[in-house]
Amino acid sequence: MKLNTTINGMPKNLEIRPDDYLVDVLRANGYLGVRQGCDTGNCGVCTVHLDGKSVLSCVLLAIKAEGHEITTIEGVPQQAATIANFFVEQGADQCGYCTSGTVMNILYMEQLVEDPTEEEIKHFLKGNLCRCTGYASQLRAIQAYFNLRRQQKSEGQVPRGGYEDENRKPESP
Amino acid sequence: MITVREVVVPSTTDEAYEALQKNKFATLLGGGGFLRMGSKNITTLIDLSSCGLNDISEQEHEWHIGAMVTLGELERHSALNRDFSQLFKLSVQHIVGVQLRNVVTLGATVYSRYGFSDLITGLLALPVQVKLYKAGTMSLEVFLEKGVEGRDLLEMIIIPKGKTETFTTSLRNSDGDYSLLNASAALFDGNWRICLGARPGRAQLAVKAMEYLNKQSNWNEALEETARMASEELVFGTNSRGTGAYRKEMAKVLVALVLKEVANSETEHNH
Ligand SMILES: Cc1cc2nc3c(=O)[nH]c(=O)nc-3n(C[C@H](O)[C@H](O)[C@H](O)COP(=O)(O)OP(=O)(O)OC[C@H]3O[C@@H](n4cnc5c(N)ncnc54)[C@H](O)[C@@H]3O)c2cc1C
Ligand code: FES
Ligand code: FES
Repeated sequence: MKLNTTINGMPKNLEIRPDDYLVDVLRANGYLGVRQGCDTGNCGVCTVHLDGKSVLSCVLLAIKAEGHEITTIEGVPQQAATIANFFVEQGADQCGYCTSGTVMNILYMEQLVEDPTEEEIKHFLKGNLCRCTGYASQLRAIQAYFNLRRQQKSEGQVPRGGYEDENRKPESP
Repeated sequence: MITVREVVVPSTTDEAYEALQKNKFATLLGGGGFLRMGSKNITTLIDLSSCGLNDISEQEHEWHIGAMVTLGELERHSALNRDFSQLFKLSVQHIVGVQLRNVVTLGATVYSRYGFSDLITGLLALPVQVKLYKAGTMSLEVFLEKGVEGRDLLEMIIIPKGKTETFTTSLRNSDGDYSLLNASAALFDGNWRICLGARPGRAQLAVKAMEYLNKQSNWNEALEETARMASEELVFGTNSRGTGAYRKEMAKVLVALVLKEVANSETEHNH
């Protein structure tokens, strides 16, 4: 069957089977930054965005992407490079297998929480398991990244983002 | 692993229900998280994404929450959480991670009546009604106990508005794992509701404990006794996460904790 979707801003018409999972379709089509780990919804390495929200591509059947927009790590090269630099500085990038999923989730957190506390960072990244770092270096790297973003915002370099509550409909007059 | 021969995306629940009844291998698709973990040969997979079941809507006297609303949407809905003292956020926040909660759905969770469900435990603290396509509307407690005949489709849950304080919590061997025990409580329009889930059986109300506490004039003096009664009246079993005896002991602790949280919030907000 055909899947009409948008990947990293590009319209795509892909041939899939009805029981294909999104992670397999993405990897088969060259998006190898999307990793495959547990394949059961537990580790977070397969995280991509569907219409801007973090989802597990190993849990989502590819058919669910019909008419929607997918963003993979390949679609956010600048943001990924900025975060990766902080990871390297803090020693948070060891084998690196978990990094692309973690970066996608950091970018999602950034849309929802303007200036996350340590607790909020831990809450958001609980679903991104890392076998190497022990998380302390990741936490330092993420805090350093948000410090930079705060500084950029205060200098007017970045528009204020965030959609705390996507279900809230405008009040009727 | 599942295999799927064809996918249909009905635009109404009439079409979805009809497709479900066509043969026994036809299967409804919520977020697909739980189907993923099983193994099934599915002839027709019926994706409920376009049936109009995706909204959380506030009515004058109640909230309607569609079956396809994700646990992530429940967690982040500020008005809903404000009305029910953060119950939805607290109920789902330990379920794996935000990325899974953005996929898995309310309707599949409630319809499947999972014993381990954190969300069902939270919901049962409120007088929730479930609306099924064929069986109509019934209370969550009746649905959890009796289920329905044949294969039905859960359309939405309905939660009446009222003066509410709630709290829910869980006991886990490790964060992100399934619960060893869940507890929730609410004071809804002056009446207490107390619920224990992941016993490991399905969530249930501790009816005798509720009746006892509802008769007391000084709640704070009766909370420990109420928690003991709740642990006595419900049945606890053993699985790989814990023994029945351990669950029973911990039920006293968790119920006392949720009751104290609710009683404290009530005092804070009304005195
Ligand atoms: C890895 C993993 C870990 C989890 N950990 C936890 C946990 O710690 N705590 C917890 O509470 N939950 C946990 N869950 C369960 C999760 O919260 C959901 O309850 C569960 O995944 C079902 O939602 P779904 O949308 O994925 O269902 P699906 O897989 O889409 O469907 C499950 C079943 O419900 C049927 N169905 C779907 N929608 C409807 C409907 N509207 N009406 C009737 N039938 C329907 C389907 O046909 C299927 O039989 C976990 C799930 C996964 C995948
Ligand atoms: S590969 Fe998807 S969560 Fe582990
Ligand atoms: S750096 Fe190796 S798994 Fe995270």
